[in-house]
Amino acid sequence: METERIRLVFSGSGGQGVITAAIILAKAAVIFEGKNATQSQSYGAAARGGATRSDVLISEQDILFPKVIQPNILISLTQESYNKFAPILRPGGLLLMDNRYVTMEKKVAANHVALPMFDTVMKEIGKPIVFNICMLGTLIGLTELVKPESILKVLETTIPRDFMDMNKKALELGMELGASEA
Amino acid sequence: MSTNKEFDFKNYVRGRYFPHIWCPGCGHGIVLGALLRAVHELELDKNNIVMTSGIGCSSRISGYVDFHSLHTIHGRALAFATGVKLSRPNLKAIVPMGDGDALAIGGNHFIHAARRNIDITAIVMNNRIYGMTGGQFSPLSGTGKKATTAPYTTIDNNFDVVELAKAAGASFVARSTVFHASESKEYLKKAIMHKGFSVVEILSQCPTYYGRKNKEGDAATMMEGYRKNTVKIGSKKLDTNPDLIQRGIFVEDTDRPEYCEAYDEIIETAMKGKA
Amino acid sequence: MTNTSNIRFIQGNEACVEGALYAGINFFAGYPITPSTEIAEHLAQRLPAIGGKFIQMEDEIASMAAIIGASLTGSKVMTATSGPGFSLKQEALGYACMAEIPCVIANVQRGGPSTGNPTHVSQGDVNQARWGTHGDHSIVALTASNHQDVFKMTVEAFNIAETYRTPVVLLFDEVIGHMREKLEIPERGELPVVDRLRTSVPKGVDYHPYLPREDGRLPMSDFGAEHRYNVTGLFHDMWGFPNNDPQVVSDLLRHLVDKIENNWENICFYKEHWLDDADYVLISYGSSARSAKHIARNRRKRGMKIGVLELQTIWPFPTEIVREKCANAKAVMVVEMNMGQVVTQVKSAVDHPEKVFLANRIDGQLISPTDIKTTLRMIQGKGV
Repeated sequence: METERIRLVFSGSGGQGVITAAIILAKAAVIFEGKNATQSQSYGAAARGGATRSDVLISEQDILFPKVIQPNILISLTQESYNKFAPILRPGGLLLMDNRYVTMEKKVAANHVALPMFDTVMKEIGKPIVFNICMLGTLIGLTELVKPESILKVLETTIPRDFMDMNKKALELGMELGASEA
Repeated sequence: MSTNKEFDFKNYVRGRYFPHIWCPGCGHGIVLGALLRAVHELELDKNNIVMTSGIGCSSRISGYVDFHSLHTIHGRALAFATGVKLSRPNLKAIVPMGDGDALAIGGNHFIHAARRNIDITAIVMNNRIYGMTGGQFSPLSGTGKKATTAPYTTIDNNFDVVELAKAAGASFVARSTVFHASESKEYLKKAIMHKGFSVVEILSQCPTYYGRKNKEGDAATMMEGYRKNTVKIGSKKLDTNPDLIQRGIFVEDTDRPEYCEAYDEIIETAMKGKA
Repeated sequence: MTNTSNIRFIQGNEACVEGALYAGINFFAGYPITPSTEIAEHLAQRLPAIGGKFIQMEDEIASMAAIIGASLTGSKVMTATSGPGFSLKQEALGYACMAEIPCVIANVQRGGPSTGNPTHVSQGDVNQARWGTHGDHSIVALTASNHQDVFKMTVEAFNIAETYRTPVVLLFDEVIGHMREKLEIPERGELPVVDRLRTSVPKGVDYHPYLPREDGRLPMSDFGAEHRYNVTGLFHDMWGFPNNDPQVVSDLLRHLVDKIENNWENICFYKEHWLDDADYVLISYGSSARSAKHIARNRRKRGMKIGVLELQTIWPFPTEIVREKCANAKAVMVVEMNMGQVVTQVKSAVDHPEKVFLANRIDGQLISPTDIKTTLRMIQGKGV
């Protein structure tokens, strides 16, 4: 994988926490790992249902153009977002999907990883609210983009203490899922 | 300053700025006189008063007085004054406006200042016409009146300032006329000391445009009209003539929270880091 | 790991808020409008915590009016808006020019005209910033292409507003406003902060609010202080009293223009990237400058002599700087997201306007490095 500039597109539907996850990842890279990152997202109607999208770039260098045209990592949590964004994935890139929501239609030249992230969260924790954190865990389990401690440090500054254990567990569950496929 | 001291006009106006621009017979000078006497009797410090006005004959009042004065743009005086008051709540904010300034172009600011109940005194000098631009009808003219933009008479209904102010949430609402100069002064005193948004409507004649166009006679005749056609709130005369205009204090509510004081509580909460 | 307490990962709108707080803002009035709303939201949270004031007004006009009123009482003030709201503020903005009231207006640009393209980027308000209000006047408009510069330019905006007693426009755009990236908040003292210049005229001595000092500056006196004076949007004399004497009128108008134009060097901010030997000069600003720098960095690696002049002051237009930096260029390309607002200025600044080209995008999408490359190829005569 090209490491100079990691280009990610997070996609799903409004309410799944896709954008929050993108922000947490980029923030962890910037504040706790000294890297550069940008995060941007689609606004307007798309942010309230429909396919949402958030672009993240992570690099050791200055990031200038902040939009992702060809992601080398695409995360799709809904069929609609998969259908819409799979074609822009760079050949050889990573496509991470939740296998409850997404059925692969035609293979693109990429590393497809379909995992039961949602089902695992529901089975082990029972709260859909941490689905996105599990997804982040899976992503870093697969790619080691940032250290899990960096994600946890971001979470500590953004969520109430009472929810910390649940989020930590979701992250760990995701990392196990990711590591199994890495 | 003390009330023992005789009221002297010269202590309150800026000589440099005179003569004023008002036509002979205009009622606005009486409003100015009533306002200055009110300030004198209240023994207010001139450094603590900010007069903010918009555009029109009435708004020139702010330049004539020896207070801090802010002569702004058409219709927006209350918005400027809101900035002054919220930034420095210890200052007395007085906003003289004409009927067009206050309720046509400035209508939105009028209702929202009332809704917030911010401690500003709005004086609506109602002459039912746009004087400075030469006699066009205003939202207070009412139907069947003549104006340069209503050569066949007006078909526009008028606002009732008192009812509008009440409905929008003003916590002090009064009405008087320039014929009742002393009464106007008393209402202004109460309005200025009232903690909250106060509205004083003062009917003020424009013999030059409104009077002439509508054949209401000279200034003296028009003032006589204010005597004849207005009564104190609830007067028996209303039984036989319900069209008489009522004068008096319609609302005086001291329980409603004032905006700047409410904001001080927000500051207290925010400083404790509770938000 | 070094101390991370001053590092933020935030939106450009929030970087603007951090800059305003650093500069000493204590009053904000605004009205919600995409894509600037986060500025109001964050100040609603932050200002009362430092004893400052935030008010959501009934409309855009009222917001502009309220900050002017608050400024006269001695507060450092700002409002924030976008295209349609910026249009509505123009009359009061002209009042601030005429009455010389320090204030900052952030305009996070979106696509126009009219309601246009609220959630998408544009740089279509460059000329509105210059000529939006009626009558002759001068204006200062600053911009930035990354969050560190958003912070810095916001501080500069407050400094310029106070120094020259003028409204200053911050012309950001949707991409900069909404995108998140790193901001390292400077320590106190790292950036200069200009405090309000107040009059030293004592009580009982005549204070002339509109009589400039020898250095051209006008010391202020807060409403509520000892000096009572008049402020008006009419042409006025040194007392602030309305006056339409032809001499007074022309002197005041010249003063309003000269105080900005004669100080253009102190107000002029720009950055240059690889310009020393550049055959091709890209001129850009705001988010489109990121793409210009991206393609220049990329082409440099392939040996192309290309550089970027990034404007941070748009108004007064840095004519001299543009002429100087473009003097040896084979071609100049202005990269912007409008139908050509800065390119017109550049053409009139340089000695060879026929060598000035426009690379633009007007569809609500951030102009990409590829878009610029395509136009570059056309200029180079290689075809596409």
